Amino acid sequence: MLRQAWLVLWKDLVVEWRTREIFSTMLFFAVMVVLIFSFAFLAEGRASGDAQSGILWTATAFAGTLGLGRAADRERDGDAMRALLLSPAPRAALYLGKLAAIVIFMTLAEVVVLLLGGILLHANLSEHLGIVAGLFALGTLGYASVGALFALMLGRSRSRDVLLAVILYPIIVPVIIAGSKGTSALLEDIPATADAMFWLKFLVAFDAIFLTLSLWAFEPLLVERG
Amino acid sequence: MKKLFAITLPLAAIGLVVAPILILRSPNEVTMGFIQKIFYFHVPCAITDFIAIYVCGIASVIYLIKRSPRADAVALSAAELAVLFGACTLVTGSLWGRKAWGVWWQWEVRLTSYALCEMVFIAYLLVRRYGGPGARGLAAGLALFGCADVPLIYWSVNKWSYLHPPPTVVMTLDPAMRAAFWVSFATIILLFITLLGARMRLERQRMQVDELFMSAAEAGLED
Repeated sequence: MLRQAWLVLWKDLVVEWRTREIFSTMLFFAVMVVLIFSFAFLAEGRASGDAQSGILWTATAFAGTLGLGRAADRERDGDAMRALLLSPAPRAALYLGKLAAIVIFMTLAEVVVLLLGGILLHANLSEHLGIVAGLFALGTLGYASVGALFALMLGRSRSRDVLLAVILYPIIVPVIIAGSKGTSALLEDIPATADAMFWLKFLVAFDAIFLTLSLWAFEPLLVERG
Repeated sequence: MKKLFAITLPLAAIGLVVAPILILRSPNEVTMGFIQKIFYFHVPCAITDFIAIYVCGIASVIYLIKRSPRADAVALSAAELAVLFGACTLVTGSLWGRKAWGVWWQWEVRLTSYALCEMVFIAYLLVRRYGGPGARGLAAGLALFGCADVPLIYWSVNKWSYLHPPPTVVMTLDPAMRAAFWVSFATIILLFITLLGARMRLERQRMQVDELFMSAAEAGLED
């Protein structure tokens, strides 16, 4: 199964390498969100720790939705999803391949967003880089595990772009709370690493539950999608 | 279904008459005064909302496994009632908050958690309405994920929570207040069962009408 998942991932990476469409649009959008929120929240050249983490996570979530929508659209073009489903690959492998591709695209955009956050918002994340990386990695996995499933299932719906946000945001609220609270705990004058570690463990639990559910739900939801 | 209505509807009607009398006769709480009487409506609505959410979630799982239209009708009906009772919980909670804390809204754990759960089930109804082909399955998936999300939402919001009365308040209720509370609770539950049954019946009839239209169209009788 891992081999088929790798093949789906490789296909997405090759297509992205040739077009650079998802990465460039996600990145542009994420940077714009950071800039717009910076104008709103900066006071005397600085944003508070809560605002800094809020901006970074909002940019990640918004850009992620854009990436998810486009990644799913690719499978709609030429009915590629149907072709994938007709292949003898296990359904779980298709899901895992798409999920891995989306996680990689989002992670690349997040690296730039974090660098930008460090420069523009004076967010000092380097002291606890391991925990920050863990928060963003686990948050991205949780976000993408739900997002990839519903983005693929919305393939035939006319209002899929709107509905993706409608479905995704209420579900991933715990990820955004955990990510932003965990990050802001590290941005306090005296970093609260114990709090950040709590949110890290919370994200592990979220990812475990929702990845398992997504793997189970992929097949029955595909049947409905027809 | 008719047998169910014959039992629940009269009982709910009696409860709707008796409960306000018992609530008025129950003693005022020492610190909150008269406003505490919202509790008799707020808590049953909150518990019923929780029940509706999980009825919707379980019916959605059954629908995803068996593709049963009956399970789908239960899920849709329960989702609508989850939104209804969730709205009642939020409005009464907000009224309580205005008196107790001086503000209409407070970011405390249960009120915030219910607001987020309410959003999940409003999303469910939006998906049902605008989802196009496959909306039933998508909505079922959303309900499943929403149910799994409920404890996580509560847990995450709880980390920065304060102010809400402890949930053990029902267990430690003054004996003079118990009758009013439990009659209110039973009334709201009976109302929920009645509304769920009525809405399910309506949905089943709508499905039958759709099937008849489809059959007529196939037979070339659509005009």
